[in-house]
Amino acid sequence: MKHIICAIVENRPGVLALVSGLFSARGFNIDSLAVGETEDPELSRMTIVAEGDEFVLDQITKQLRKLIPVVKVQDISSRDHVERDLMLIKVAAPADKRGEVLDVIQVFQGKVVDISQEDLIVEVSGPEGKVEAFIRLMRPYGIKEVARTGRIALLRTPK
Amino acid sequence: MFGIPGGVVIPIFDALYDAPLKLILTRHEQAAAHAADGYARASGRAGVCIATSGPGATNLTTGIATANFDSSPVVAITGQVKTALIGNDAFQEADTIGITRSISKYNCLVRRVEDLARTIKEAFYVATTGRPGPVVIDLPVDVSLAMLDGEPDKTIMLRGYKPPGEGNPKQIRLAADVINAAARPVLYVGGGVIISGASQELYQLAKAMTAPVTTTLMGLGAFPQDDPLSLGMLGMHGTVYANRAIMQADTIVAIGARFDDRVTGRTDRFNPSAKIVHIDIDPSSISKNIKVHVPIVGDAKQVLSELIKHIQPTDRSAWLKQVEDWKKRYPLKYKDHGKLKPQYVIQQISAVSTDDTIICTEVGQNQMWTALWYTFKKPRTLISSGGLGTMGFGLPAAMGAQLARPGALVLDIAGDGSIQMNIQELATVATYNIPVKVAILNNSCLGMVRQWQELFWNKRYSHTIFNHNPDFVKLAEAYGVKGMRITERDQVRDALEEAIRHPGPVIMDFRVDPAENVFPMVPAGKSLDEVMEGLA
Repeated sequence: MKHIICAIVENRPGVLALVSGLFSARGFNIDSLAVGETEDPELSRMTIVAEGDEFVLDQITKQLRKLIPVVKVQDISSRDHVERDLMLIKVAAPADKRGEVLDVIQVFQGKVVDISQEDLIVEVSGPEGKVEAFIRLMRPYGIKEVARTGRIALLRTPK
Repeated sequence: MFGIPGGVVIPIFDALYDAPLKLILTRHEQAAAHAADGYARASGRAGVCIATSGPGATNLTTGIATANFDSSPVVAITGQVKTALIGNDAFQEADTIGITRSISKYNCLVRRVEDLARTIKEAFYVATTGRPGPVVIDLPVDVSLAMLDGEPDKTIMLRGYKPPGEGNPKQIRLAADVINAAARPVLYVGGGVIISGASQELYQLAKAMTAPVTTTLMGLGAFPQDDPLSLGMLGMHGTVYANRAIMQADTIVAIGARFDDRVTGRTDRFNPSAKIVHIDIDPSSISKNIKVHVPIVGDAKQVLSELIKHIQPTDRSAWLKQVEDWKKRYPLKYKDHGKLKPQYVIQQISAVSTDDTIICTEVGQNQMWTALWYTFKKPRTLISSGGLGTMGFGLPAAMGAQLARPGALVLDIAGDGSIQMNIQELATVATYNIPVKVAILNNSCLGMVRQWQELFWNKRYSHTIFNHNPDFVKLAEAYGVKGMRITERDQVRDALEEAIRHPGPVIMDFRVDPAENVFPMVPAGKSLDEVMEGLA
């Protein structure tokens, strides 16, 4: 099963290598990893999507907690949370197909962020399934390049 | 403090020139790290080693990894090229932080002199608290040359580091309930008990429970082996009775141990029906290899002193009688005739030692024979590379231990293979007259690998037989160290006594039977009840 692990870490050089090194050294599989500064500039949030059974996930979170620059670790997958992937995708959109492509973009609430004679760059964000579906629908038109961020997620405040 | 100077650490060594700090100059950086480790293990205080950038730092790494695996508080200071040159492939540059990341508890590159005092304070704090371990401070030469204006800031700022506090009282009570209901309990004790200083509490617990005690290699000395409840070491080369007891127990109380593969054998057959209580300061050790029923995260000394209060006296005489029967039926044994036997040498070492003698070992057969045939009675009297299994550890570790405990007799039990991996340290022991006694169990081969080749690889002795060994007596003398050769059984005792009487370091070259193997043995990957008892 896929898990989303949020790690709050000290925002300084070497910490990303420390965390990714832990995953490779201990043979844990990592699907995606996104890092960015938090509301506190001294801390970064790492959102890690990793696969494994309960046993493996238990070890991953314990080993992460053991790292000195790691301040807090949560496996949030089983709790109420919001998660998003962000994608920039360059799609072939010649004049005769452009209308169709724009229709699909609209349905996905995507944003056209660049436009040229031959193609468009579209920004799509949402849960992984939505992003994957958009890719699937764009395939017949010709996908030229894709850039994805990896998952980011936050726990909802209990109401 | 142990180390070797080099280009980028000259400013530090210049400060040491007239500082009230004693530095022991070793002959190889690896030995400096092991010596700091030996000092730490003998004393419980942090040991310090220092080396230059590049090759100096890479030479330290084996020692850092050794300390890391066995949870030993070592602070390693490495020189680094100027901050402006880092990453430019400067002379003697290595990415020390990158290299030591996975083999240290913590590491840190100091980029500004303002951070130096705080970083050093943090290094000692991290190294010595919680589950101890090595910390690396990488120090660029421009930082060590810089002058600081004003008072240094020493406030520890580690938001992510909180050593575990006291064990959860509810879990402790739950553990006591499990223990009180047990008919066949065994205490399985690792190095954590020694590090925590919990031997006294362990002794009280064992007596309160009337439960037999088996230890790992790292746990030897945590419980007196001359006590009737002692089962000696368990695992691959454990005693048959310790392995029987752990396999047939209905309750296993693991304390400061991590269920590693040399202890458990095949994990799916490691006593699947026993209830397991696990006390450990490192949460990641719990349920890593074997599923645990009652985990308690905390310091062994604190948890045990609480746990004892809840133990009820229970009649376990039938279980103890069973264990006694196993001890009688499956004693440790070897054939003591023909050539000089290594086990006999160790028995004699044990006989001439006091309870406070510190035994260091190298790695391999010498280490396992020591674990089986020496009677350890007190904590911190065995210093051995357990997790990493580093050959060449013993002699430099013995130097460190001797400096930590100047009054104690410190002996390194070595093999002829291992001793040659840091033999250059004879120069260090001679220079400072560090009076360690080295007993080489010389079988002219890499004995443990040879044993595996004999038993599991059709006696194809690929590159394990030394056709040419140095004359260790002459070698010792060349370094200015007393050398002795012992070939006969009846010379052993006298030779040991002579060596102990000698005020300086001694090398004893015991020419032992090259065909002798370590038994009992559970082959790798087998269950603990599939034991090879040996030929005797």
